[in-house]
Amino acid sequence: MVEQRTVDATSVVVASPEELRAAVWQRVQQARNVKRPHTLELVTAIATEVIELHGDRLYRDDPAIVGGFCRIDGRRAVFVGHQKGAETDENIRRNFGMPHPEGYRKAIRLFRLAERLNLPVVTFIDTPGAFPGPASEERGVAEAIARAIMVMTGLRTPIVTVITGEGGSGGALALAVGDVVLALENSIYSVISPEGAASILWRSAEYSQHAAVAMRLTAAEQLALGVIDEVVPEPEGGAHRDPDETARRLRTRIAAQLDSLAGRDRKALLDARYARYRNMGEFALAAETGVAQPERPGIVERIRRLLDSGRAALVGGESGLPRDADGDAADDAARPSEGA
Amino acid sequence: MPSFKLPFGRARQDYPPNLWTKCPDCGEMLYNKQLDKNQRVCARCGHHFRLRVDARIAQLLDRDSFREQDANLESVDMLGFVDQKPYPERLEAARATTGIRDAAVWGPGTIAGTRVVACVMDFAFMGGSMGTVVGEKVTRAGEHALEERLPLIVVASSGGARMQEGTLSLMQLAKTCAALGRLGEGGVPFISVLTDPTTGGVFASFAALGDVNIAEPKALIGFAGARVAAGTIAEELPEGFQRAEFLYEHGFVDLVVPRARLRETILGLLRYMRPSAHVERAGLNGSSPLGRSPQFLDALIRREPAHG
Repeated sequence: MVEQRTVDATSVVVASPEELRAAVWQRVQQARNVKRPHTLELVTAIATEVIELHGDRLYRDDPAIVGGFCRIDGRRAVFVGHQKGAETDENIRRNFGMPHPEGYRKAIRLFRLAERLNLPVVTFIDTPGAFPGPASEERGVAEAIARAIMVMTGLRTPIVTVITGEGGSGGALALAVGDVVLALENSIYSVISPEGAASILWRSAEYSQHAAVAMRLTAAEQLALGVIDEVVPEPEGGAHRDPDETARRLRTRIAAQLDSLAGRDRKALLDARYARYRNMGEFALAAETGVAQPERPGIVERIRRLLDSGRAALVGGESGLPRDADGDAADDAARPSEGA
Repeated sequence: MPSFKLPFGRARQDYPPNLWTKCPDCGEMLYNKQLDKNQRVCARCGHHFRLRVDARIAQLLDRDSFREQDANLESVDMLGFVDQKPYPERLEAARATTGIRDAAVWGPGTIAGTRVVACVMDFAFMGGSMGTVVGEKVTRAGEHALEERLPLIVVASSGGARMQEGTLSLMQLAKTCAALGRLGEGGVPFISVLTDPTTGGVFASFAALGDVNIAEPKALIGFAGARVAAGTIAEELPEGFQRAEFLYEHGFVDLVVPRARLRETILGLLRYMRPSAHVERAGLNGSSPLGRSPQFLDALIRREPAHG
């Protein structure tokens, strides 16, 4: 079963490999579109009030990560997000949304502040990845990312994450350890950029589109994998065509998630968050003979089926079905064919 | 560092590769048996070769004290990932050449009689990359250490997250960091040993978070691959960039320790790094108001096992 890579007969696949690559790549380009509304633009449209705060108190203020207080339909919250620029000048100042370590340390500071003030956190994810240069390494970008991830996993206040554009690897995850993870329809989420994967696995950046398909980085596929919980549909033609409508849709979903998390007992909240990440991914238990036996038969197949449904949805432009925020893998396993 | 070549000797080309290994640093031909006896450190220049997991365990832990757990965990191809080869074929090839089922091994053991939980990575298995199985083993090691209140030692050797498992590999960063967060809150110490290479998502998660971080000399340790860094930015990379000594200088590694002294160094640290009593630790945890709440203390005292 694990070896099987042909599409099974029950799934609906409407694309040839070429069409699929083109469709997936179009999503990648949408996610990277410079005209796409970025964090500050979105927060300003979503919230009735925004007070931006600056600096990590250690080194400097990183313009590639923004954060502060905001009020969403009366709900007070702390927001943190990656910030790209819309114009070349701003993009250079924002380092194209690629944070240095101080950006993540600012985020940690704001997370801690939210915890102390008992305010929920909303994070917005849109980065090609953390900045990979010497300045970044010297100041410990890996440590900053690891620390941010660890702080989020144990933060005693609710966290709602929205992937709005590019979810690029560890630099994205460092702000994305939410209790609930939403994603805009044309956003992408991946362990490495398609270009990076292509140059390592295919030894040529020309295979970026192949890598993009192989990594299943579209929002619909990430939903099927359980990495994100809900896809928020974008206006016709993409978020940049109507940023206000995009913000309106996000506001509704963020507010709903904040409300459902607000009443949770803190320990239950932390346990659920721990379990959410604890259960990510599947493995098999090898028998004595050395032949692999799936630990929970059917799970891999289930994911495949869901993924294939994601494929169909992706080409058709329809976003995936919203996932119950509390739904976990065991829950889904009980109704394997739903949503397919 | 290659300095100069002596004008005589060493001209022969007929070193059988099963008997001799060439040092990539100084070019010396090293007799394999001698190299193994020297813990795979070049006798001439001190270059540290990568250690396989069994050799590392033999080096660090008391003889026959290690009890491997979960040796039967096996990666599955969740994405149907095909690059130049399908992922299951790569896994199969790696299993055949390395004799282990994935890139990490964990279990309890002792160091000079002191009980610890150890997790050791093996670069020989798909570049030590972290997929679900590696993440699971690191996490289980952390959870076991918390449950048994034993110090955790993780020896990293990895290129980073395993691309073939996509974002599910990325999620292992969160999974392992979450377990380490609980370990720290529970007052159980964690020593991270960074060996050549420790990069990408492994460095950007559990490996960077040791209460004490130890690196082997000249080990490559960094976030982005040096080529990625050089490609993204048109800057000259500094000398010794991303080497253990560079991280030491910049404050991200406590100690750079030659392999021959690693075991005794860890042993020395363990004398100070003992798991604290629960309540005492919780009382000190003042970073948040809830840290002192009765529920939180209760949770600690009851020693609730983490989710499995």
